[in-house]
Amino acid sequence: MNSLRQFISASIVLSLLACAPASLGQVSDWNQIQPPPLHTFHPQLPKRIQLANGMVIFLQEDHELPLIRGTAQIRGGSRDEPADKVGLTEIYGQAWRTGGTKQRTGDQLDDYLEARAAKVETEGDGLDSTRVTWDCLKENLDDVLKIFLEILREPEFREDKIVLAKNQLNTNISRRNDDPFHIAFRESSKLVYGADSPYARVTEYASVARVMRDDLVNWHHRFVHPNNIILGISGDFDSGLVEAKLHQAFDSWPKGPAASRLQLSFHGPKPGIYFAEKGDVTASMVMMVDLGITRDNPDYYAIEVFNQFFGGSFNSRLFSNIRSKKGLAYAVGGGIEADYDHPGTLGLFLGTKSHSTAAAIDAFNEELDALKTNPSTPEELTKAKRAILNSFVFRFDSKEKVLRERMTYEFYSYPEDFLEKYRTGIEKVTQQDVDRVAQKYVHKDKLAVLVVGKAADFDRPLSSFGPVTTLDITIPPPAGAQK
Amino acid sequence: MKDNRWHILLLGSLLIGCTAFLGAQDLASFEKRIKVKTLDNGLTVIVCERSEAPVFSFFTHVDVGSDREVPGIRGLAHMFEHMAFKGTDRIGTNDYADEKGALEKVEQAYQAYDQERRREVGRDEKKLAELEKAWKDAMTAAQKYVVENQFGELVEQNGGTGLNAFTDNEETGYHYSFPSNQVELWAYLESERFLHPVLREFYKEREVVHEERRLGESDPFGRLFEQFMATSYVAHPYGQPVVGWPSDLETFSMTDAQAYYKKYYVPASMIVTLVGDVKASEVMPVIEKYFGRLPAGPKPEPLRTIEPPQNAERIAILHETSQPIFIEGYHKPSAKDKDDAVYDALQDLMSNGRTSRLYRSLVRDKKIAAQTGGFNGFPGSKYPNMFVFFSISTPGHTPQENRDAIHAEIERLKNEDISDEELQMMKTRAKADLLRRLGDNQGLAFQLGTTQSLYGDWRQLFRHVDEIEKASKADIRRVANATFLESNRTVAMIESTHPAAPAAGKEKK
Repeated sequence: MNSLRQFISASIVLSLLACAPASLGQVSDWNQIQPPPLHTFHPQLPKRIQLANGMVIFLQEDHELPLIRGTAQIRGGSRDEPADKVGLTEIYGQAWRTGGTKQRTGDQLDDYLEARAAKVETEGDGLDSTRVTWDCLKENLDDVLKIFLEILREPEFREDKIVLAKNQLNTNISRRNDDPFHIAFRESSKLVYGADSPYARVTEYASVARVMRDDLVNWHHRFVHPNNIILGISGDFDSGLVEAKLHQAFDSWPKGPAASRLQLSFHGPKPGIYFAEKGDVTASMVMMVDLGITRDNPDYYAIEVFNQFFGGSFNSRLFSNIRSKKGLAYAVGGGIEADYDHPGTLGLFLGTKSHSTAAAIDAFNEELDALKTNPSTPEELTKAKRAILNSFVFRFDSKEKVLRERMTYEFYSYPEDFLEKYRTGIEKVTQQDVDRVAQKYVHKDKLAVLVVGKAADFDRPLSSFGPVTTLDITIPPPAGAQK
Repeated sequence: MKDNRWHILLLGSLLIGCTAFLGAQDLASFEKRIKVKTLDNGLTVIVCERSEAPVFSFFTHVDVGSDREVPGIRGLAHMFEHMAFKGTDRIGTNDYADEKGALEKVEQAYQAYDQERRREVGRDEKKLAELEKAWKDAMTAAQKYVVENQFGELVEQNGGTGLNAFTDNEETGYHYSFPSNQVELWAYLESERFLHPVLREFYKEREVVHEERRLGESDPFGRLFEQFMATSYVAHPYGQPVVGWPSDLETFSMTDAQAYYKKYYVPASMIVTLVGDVKASEVMPVIEKYFGRLPAGPKPEPLRTIEPPQNAERIAILHETSQPIFIEGYHKPSAKDKDDAVYDALQDLMSNGRTSRLYRSLVRDKKIAAQTGGFNGFPGSKYPNMFVFFSISTPGHTPQENRDAIHAEIERLKNEDISDEELQMMKTRAKADLLRRLGDNQGLAFQLGTTQSLYGDWRQLFRHVDEIEKASKADIRRVANATFLESNRTVAMIESTHPAAPAAGKEKK
C-alpha cells in the first residue's frame, strides 16, 4: 500500500493540473490522477426498538421514493425440519401466504394487494429462518399492514394451496439433474456436510408426500412468536407514527417459547475423487471442496484478504492463471466462505470443456501447490487490502443495506459495530496472517474433488488422479408411481 | 460478461418492460437532476445527480450488439466486449513498444496458420503443424509483455465494484461503480479503453468465450433457446446466438475484432450515463475532456435487413433426457411502435404475479405448470421482435397440454374484453413498478442509457407510463387479434425421453 501511495504523491503536481476541469491539455496517465479525499459519510442508522414481548424492530426512514418495505425474519428454517420431511419449510413458506388467512383466502389476498400494486410474501427456503415481507406505496401502508398482521397471526394453510406448493417442489425435484451446474453445487454440499446433514440434505418426492397441513400449523405454533422475530421497515414514513402503529399491533401478542439453536459438529468431507455422469453436456463442472469457517473466527479478516487475491477478484490467481493465461474456463473462482453461525464451504469451482477436464484439475492442483511454496506476495497483500478498504463504502451505500446489516447482526447476536470492526480488522492483516491462514485452512489432500460431466470425452480418465467414487444421482421415484 | 437475457426473462423481470411514475419521483423532478450533453464528436453524456451516499455508477451503452454480425464473425461483438477488459497501450503492459510488434507477429502467424488450416483441397499437414507451432510460439513471446488483468485491477484497487459488461442482440453495455472521489480516474479508464484498446491475449480469450458458450450448451434452456431463435428468424440477425457459433469462435481473428470495433464503436453510437453523488456542473467538463478525445466517425447506416412476414407455423422439437419446456413466439413490431405500451399491458395481464391469467389457469387451476408467462420484447426491442410465451410443466404433464392451455388464454384475449378491474390493476402497477426501479444508481444508469439509446430521449422511460394509461380494452383485443395467429407462430419444446413420474397417488394411468 505504501509503495503505491508514494508513487502517487510523487506525481502530485501533474495531477493538480489534471484536476482542473478547464485544462484541455495533455490528459493524465492513470497513475498521475490524484483523487480528492472521499468526503466523510455517516450512514444513517436505523432506530432500534424492543417490545416487552421480545420482538425487535428496526425503523429506517428513507424519503427518496414514496414506498415502504418491511421484512420480518423469524427464527427456525430448513435445518430445523424433521429429516423425514425435508421440504416442510419450503411448503410452509409457500402455503403460508397462498393458503390465506382466517379472514381471506389466498386468492382474495392476491386481488386485494395487486389492486394496490402491493406485495406481501412469505419465504420458507432459508436454512435458519423464514420471512414475511411487504412492499407497498406509502399511501397503502395501513391496508398492507393489516394483511401482514393477519398472515403473521392467523394463517389458514388451506389444503388446495398445499397441493400447489407440493407441485412446485415435485417439479423442482424432477428437474434437478437437468443443469450440471446445479448438480455440482448440490452434490458438493453433500460431500462437505454429509448427505444427511441439515445443511445439505435434499428434498425427495417421498419427504414432500409426508408433509401434512398439521405439520405446517405445528411449525407455525413452534416458531412464530414475537420473541423469535426481527422486523425491519424502511421507506417513506414517520418513525414516531409507525412506532405507535406497531405498539398497537404487537404489544398484546404474548411471548412464546424461544427457538433453540441447532447444535451440530462438522467433520468435513472424505477426501477423494467423486464423479457424477451427465451425458448431454459439452462442459464439465469441477469442484474441490472442504469446510470453511464461521465469521466470528478471528482468522476471518486474514481469510477475506486471502480470498481477494486467491480467487475472488479480477486479477486473482485463479482468474488470471486459469482463465486469462490458460483459457481453460469462463467461470472460475474460489475461496474460504464464512457463514455467521456454521462453517461455510471452502471451495474451488470451474466449468471447462469435457476434453480439458483433467487439465483443469491439474491447473487447480498447481494453484494449491503454489500456496505451499508461495502463499502470498507483498504485492498481493497490498493490493487485496486496498481493494477491500477502498470499496468499503459500498457495504453501506444505501439505507436499505444499512438496515439489512443491522438486522443480520441482531439475528446472529453479532456486535452491532461488526462492520466498523471489519475495516480495522482488514487494516491489521499482515503477510504472516495471510500465509498462516492459507496453510491452516487449505489442504490439497483433504479436499473432495467432484466432477460432473461426460466421462467418455475427458482428456484423461479421472482414475489417473486416484480411486474414483461414482455418485448415483438418480432421482428416487415417488412411491407407487409408474416408471 | 453475460451475453444474453434468457434467465432474466424467465425470472419475469424483463428489463424493457412496463414503466411509470408517481409523486415526487415524476418526470419533472428528474428533469431538474439530469443533464444531457452531446459532445462535438457525437457522444451523448447523461448525468443524473443522486446523493444518497458518496458513490456513483455508470453505464457505457454502445448501439451495436450481435446485430451487425455476418456469417464468419458470429459472436464477434461479444468477443470485443471481452477484449475491452484487456487494457490499453499503458494499462496491461510492461513495454508497449515491444509488445506491439509481438502482437503483430501473433496476428501474422495466425493468419498463415488459419489459411492453411482451412484450405479445402491439398492441405499440407506437416506445414500446418509448423504454422500452428509458430503461432503458439508468437503468443508465448507476446505473453511476456502482459501485466495480467491490470485494467480490472485498477478499478478494484481504487474501490470499484461490480465491474462487468453485457452484449446482447442489439447493444453492448459496460458498467461498474466507484466511490465519488474517483470521477477523474473513471473518466480516464473508461475513455482509454475505447480510445486505445489493445487486443492482447485475443486467442486465449477466444477460448474463454468458447467456454462461455459451452456453459450455455450444457443448460437445456440454452439449447432450447438457440433452436427457438434460429427457427423464429430466417433473415434478421435476432435469430443468431449472441455468443456465436463454434466454427466462427474457432476462426475469427484479432483483425476481424478490430474492424468491427472501428466501424461500430463510434462516439455517435455511444452513450455514457453517470448516476450518483456528483454535480453535473463539475463532472461534465471532466467527462468532456476525456471522452471528447474519441475520434468522431460516421454513424453506421441502419441495418437493412427486416424480417419478412412469417406465413407458416414453425416448430422445433428437441428430444432430450431433461424435463419438458414449452416456448412459443409471435412476431410483432419494435419498441418504437405506437402499440408497444399495449404489448406491455398484455405482458402484465398474462404474467404478472398470482393474479395473472396464465398463472391462474395453468398453475393454480389446471396444475399443469410450475411456472408460466408471456413476455413482450424478445430477444430485444430495437427491431421488430417477438411476444413469447413459456411454460415449465409439472411432473406427468406434457408441453402439448401447456400449449393448449396457453392457446385457450390467448383466445380469451382475442374474443373477450378484459375486465375493468384488470385494466385498472395493470395501470396502477405500471406506475408503482417504475418507482421501484428508481432507487438504485446502477439500475437507473442502465435504464436512462438504454432508453436514450433506443428512443433518443431518456424521458421515454417516464412517458411510457402515460402510454400504458391510455391503453384501452379495445386496443388489447385489437393487438391480440393482429399478433397471435397460427401462421405467425414459432414453437420450440423439449420433449423428455425420460419423463418424470407423476407424484404418487395423483395421476394413475
